Amino acid sequence: MKSRRQFIKISSLSAAGLVFGGGLLETFADNLLKTNQSYFKGPYDFSRTPTYCEVCFWKCAGWVHKDENGRIKKIIGNDDDPNCNGRFCPRGTGGVGMYTDEDRLKTPLLRIEKNGEQTYREASWDEAFDFIASKMNQIKQEHGAECTALFTHGSGGKYFGKLLKGFGSNNIAAPSYAQCRGPREVAFLATFGQGINSPENTDIRDTKCLVLIGSHLGENMHNGQVQEMSDAIDKGTTIITVDPRFSTVAGKSKHWLPIKPSTDIALLLSWMNVIINEDLFDKKYVEKYTFGFDQLKAYVQPFTPEWAYGITTIKPQQIRETAREMANAAPATIVHPGRHVTWYGDDTQRLRAVAILNALLGSWGRRGGFYKPEKAFVPHFHLPDFPKPNKNWRDAMSGKYKLADLALASGVCDASIPSPEMSCAIKGWIVNGTNLINTLPDQKKTIAAIQALDLLVVVDTMPMEITGYADVVLPECTYLERYDSLRISQGREPSIALRMPAVDPLYNTKPAFWMARELAKKLDLLQYFPFETIEEEIDWELKQVGSSLEEMQRIGVKRLEREVDDLYFGEDEDVEFNTNTGKIELYSTALEEEGFDPMPVFTQHPEPSEGFYRLIYGRAPMHTFSRTANNPNLTDLMDENSVWVNPKVAKEWDLTNDQYVYLENQDGVISDFKIKVRITERIRWDSVYMVHGFGHTDKRMKRAFGKGISDTQLITNVMIDPVMGGTGMRGNFVTFRFDNKKTEV
Amino acid sequence: MRYAMAIDTKKCVGCSDCVVACQTENDVPIGYCRDWVVEITNGTYPQLETELRSERCNHCENSPCVRCCPTGASHYSEGGIVMVTKNECIGCSACITSCPYDARFVHPEGYVDKCTFCLHRVKKGMKPACVAVCPTKCMYFGDLDDPRSEVSEVLKKRKYKTLIPEAGTKPQLYFLI
Amino acid sequence: MREEIIVSGRNNPLIDPQLHVWHWEIPTYLFLGGLAAGLLFFAALYYLRGKENEYRTAVKIAPMLAPIALALGLIALFLDLHHKLYFWRLYTTIRLESPMSWGAWTLMIVTPVSIIWSALHIKELFPNWDWKFDFAKELIGFFQKKKKVLAWIMLISSAILGVYTGILFSAFNARPLWNTSIMGPLFLASGLSAGSAVVIWMSKNHAERKRFAQLDLMIIGIELFLIIHMFMGFLASTQVQIDAVNLFLGGPYTAQFWGFVVILGMIVPAILEGLELKGYKIPVAIPVVLVLFGSVMLRFIISNAGQASRWLY
Repeated sequence: MKSRRQFIKISSLSAAGLVFGGGLLETFADNLLKTNQSYFKGPYDFSRTPTYCEVCFWKCAGWVHKDENGRIKKIIGNDDDPNCNGRFCPRGTGGVGMYTDEDRLKTPLLRIEKNGEQTYREASWDEAFDFIASKMNQIKQEHGAECTALFTHGSGGKYFGKLLKGFGSNNIAAPSYAQCRGPREVAFLATFGQGINSPENTDIRDTKCLVLIGSHLGENMHNGQVQEMSDAIDKGTTIITVDPRFSTVAGKSKHWLPIKPSTDIALLLSWMNVIINEDLFDKKYVEKYTFGFDQLKAYVQPFTPEWAYGITTIKPQQIRETAREMANAAPATIVHPGRHVTWYGDDTQRLRAVAILNALLGSWGRRGGFYKPEKAFVPHFHLPDFPKPNKNWRDAMSGKYKLADLALASGVCDASIPSPEMSCAIKGWIVNGTNLINTLPDQKKTIAAIQALDLLVVVDTMPMEITGYADVVLPECTYLERYDSLRISQGREPSIALRMPAVDPLYNTKPAFWMARELAKKLDLLQYFPFETIEEEIDWELKQVGSSLEEMQRIGVKRLEREVDDLYFGEDEDVEFNTNTGKIELYSTALEEEGFDPMPVFTQHPEPSEGFYRLIYGRAPMHTFSRTANNPNLTDLMDENSVWVNPKVAKEWDLTNDQYVYLENQDGVISDFKIKVRITERIRWDSVYMVHGFGHTDKRMKRAFGKGISDTQLITNVMIDPVMGGTGMRGNFVTFRFDNKKTEV
Repeated sequence: MRYAMAIDTKKCVGCSDCVVACQTENDVPIGYCRDWVVEITNGTYPQLETELRSERCNHCENSPCVRCCPTGASHYSEGGIVMVTKNECIGCSACITSCPYDARFVHPEGYVDKCTFCLHRVKKGMKPACVAVCPTKCMYFGDLDDPRSEVSEVLKKRKYKTLIPEAGTKPQLYFLI
Repeated sequence: MREEIIVSGRNNPLIDPQLHVWHWEIPTYLFLGGLAAGLLFFAALYYLRGKENEYRTAVKIAPMLAPIALALGLIALFLDLHHKLYFWRLYTTIRLESPMSWGAWTLMIVTPVSIIWSALHIKELFPNWDWKFDFAKELIGFFQKKKKVLAWIMLISSAILGVYTGILFSAFNARPLWNTSIMGPLFLASGLSAGSAVVIWMSKNHAERKRFAQLDLMIIGIELFLIIHMFMGFLASTQVQIDAVNLFLGGPYTAQFWGFVVILGMIVPAILEGLELKGYKIPVAIPVVLVLFGSVMLRFIISNAGQASRWLY
């Protein structure tokens, strides 16, 4: 196999003669230098191919530029793309590293037993597919086809999903729901009859007041939102940030409320109290569109700012002042729903409070609040009906989480652990592009579920921890080397974007479409894959909307007209909301029906005991969870996480900056590795903070192995949201350790 | 003509996109960088303020690096952009020590490397890679001698500072505060 | 609390976390250059004052070390270059503002002059030396006639060389510790001191040794005066320079500077030389080695500490 280094060397040799000229000595010197690879050879005329980014879920569309040697040089945003407006974020720009990473999975691997020890052997694709097909058929015979599941957080999921549905299972889950944005969707569905989805329909561009609650925009590089926030800053928008940590955006806010962690609902209720009692709400809007205002008004009476002060530590004056700011700017005020919201297990209720606040301010459906997004309609080729599964993961939940509108990854995982309630537990997993070990909280449980499986297939580009548990590892080529289904994302105007390969796949890697279709052949499910190649399928779909593959290869992104000009509610427009009452439900009938509180209730959550600190985790703008942890371009910016410690705490523990420590949580779990201490005023004294996605234990990822620690490892206390099964992860407390010896109990 | 850059510390979120974009645009080897982001926090919790700055060569009008270069490899190019001609550079590192901003480094091939304001792009009428990519649009680039250039306009409107003006190098990076 | 960090992971080799681009090569080169300058300066000075025979070692023997020191120094300088194959670029241009350029051209003059000077006196050391070729003999004859001109060139160029070793540092405004004009005279004095120490060591003539011991004592006195001046200057200057000089006043370089450079490299040899002049029997090697050691350490410590000093912003 040719390594990158040799490849570059060869190309620079051929170019050396052309680039240089001049004096005799110079030529002499240059000749001697020829063996050095030349990095700087000035600008080229590039050939470019369209893609949309796979480094995060924002899926910005861009161009892959290559140099004269056909080497991928850079990736630049597509100017016509509404998600990125021609500007990629650092991860997108550094996406090149996903391709050049020499630690990538290179060939299919099969788990075998050798001298009593388990190991992998390289296998051919055919062998791998044969093995998977026989195992799947075995599960089908012994337990039923529905005892299989797919976890996905990548574009290839669509094809494996089709395969699984055709096979007879609809256990298809993404950790981005129950571990991330699920409560938000359920809460907004319950209130407005519509979820937020992605990209968020927040009209930050035109807002006058942006309220962020624990959302660290700018550190989570959700490109379009960050761009709009920056424009908003330019226009002098008031930003109010509620966060126990002085986040980047807190530094750009007019008001930063350094709230005591886990008390957000109290603050939200007291904001409602002020807005209602001071008559600051949008009366016309509330009257016309909402249901349950009187109940709400009566309900929030006790929640005065003085009451909230005792809980949140935010001064009453500050609560009033910020409530008035919000109301002054309304309806161009956004109380941002956030994205990762699974914190304390009462998250749906907290997000309900956010939704209600937005309703009181009249920002839903209004300019500067929440616009009405539109998604392009691209028909799919009509497939034969999928077989109807007899049961799915929900049957294992004994009627809980009915309001979850998508499958819970943690639920599917739970349903894989054999238990008396289930006639059959899930026996086979396909995991595509998500490192469940670091994604699902409570690692022990995840591993227990995996141990009970008959088959675990992992499809990934990198040797993530999850691949170490797989029976079969299928190496996927990166997004720069493949076609994928069209990106059809919502926005102010609908758009579609194409991803096509810029280069041939390196090593023995393959795209998901091909893998799924080859597996379909072995499982006799080819009727669900009528097109032989993905190009044909995309071309067919594009022709239905008046474009073609050829056109999209040229333009990359196609913006479509909105069907109707209804970005915001019209003046006095009658709007029917998709709720039980047809109105915005301040008082939720849907929650009431399921036996939950119809209006958000504040509950006190446990606090850290002496010597322990609440573990708060978040994002860094240059990484997407663990997905980018080994990316050479992005590790160059940040190769480990650090633990933020308030100077007071540091003094107490005698910690110094850049010192390495272990962390131990309330359940006695000690981190695998050490983490660097960052002493900073930016974090409260009752909490510590770290960026998620580090502390990798797989040595095959050379740049990521042992760098920093994994917050997931320390999240063993998971508070399940009774409404929709979200996994609340902010109730874990850690203390500092200077060794990693287990304490004797 | 006087090229300059203005960087809005109020908008920058420190994402470091400018750094990656520079590395891919200019083939800066991994492990090296021509630009970087500084974060400064002042105060005591909860009375805090931060400043974020994307920094790079200041393309000083009175550049100590150009003065101390024994071969003339470091020189002023169009619009005052400070450049290094790589096959005139002997790698003596005098310019590196002469720079109060630590903006220069030794390229693994031996010559001294630094930010070029993406002169190759600027010549084609494009913006430097870092400016073009910035998701927060916190960077402005242009000709200070042209009163209608982006950078002149923003400097007219906003308060700004330069870094270590007392070193007398007349830096051409302006930080909007 | 004030926190200032680079958040983009910058870790440029030789620059981060603190500038350390110059290692042993530059201080070694500066020491050898200074030593050569000292040797050549005294040789030219006493030749021109007609003390050729009185101070035979200083004028005729010791300068033969100069070309060797210069050659070794140039090798060290060359090793410091990162883009070595282009070193000849130094001599395709003259950059008046660049101390490096000045140094390169000064060496271009001093080195051949020192070789010629050595060639003129080679028979002093090797009485049976034969130049073999006629043209060589003619050339020697030519320079023998022009020896006075040669001595003048040597006197001036060696003084420039000696000053240059300090100017190289002081020209860097970016490193506050270096940025003082005292650096030039201080390094010249240090070079002269090293030169006279070598003469003391090599000389077998009591009068010559006494003369140079007196000279060395005087130079060390000047050096101490310059150092005190340097500190006074820094402490009366801006915060940046106060911070810089604090590297020597309580900072990480305090012990090294005062211990190695001032006490062991100046005060102790000065006392020993003084005692010797008073008639005490002191092994000549001890003060000489200490002076040379102090001279080396001065360059190393100033080079390292200077790279650690920076502007605040």
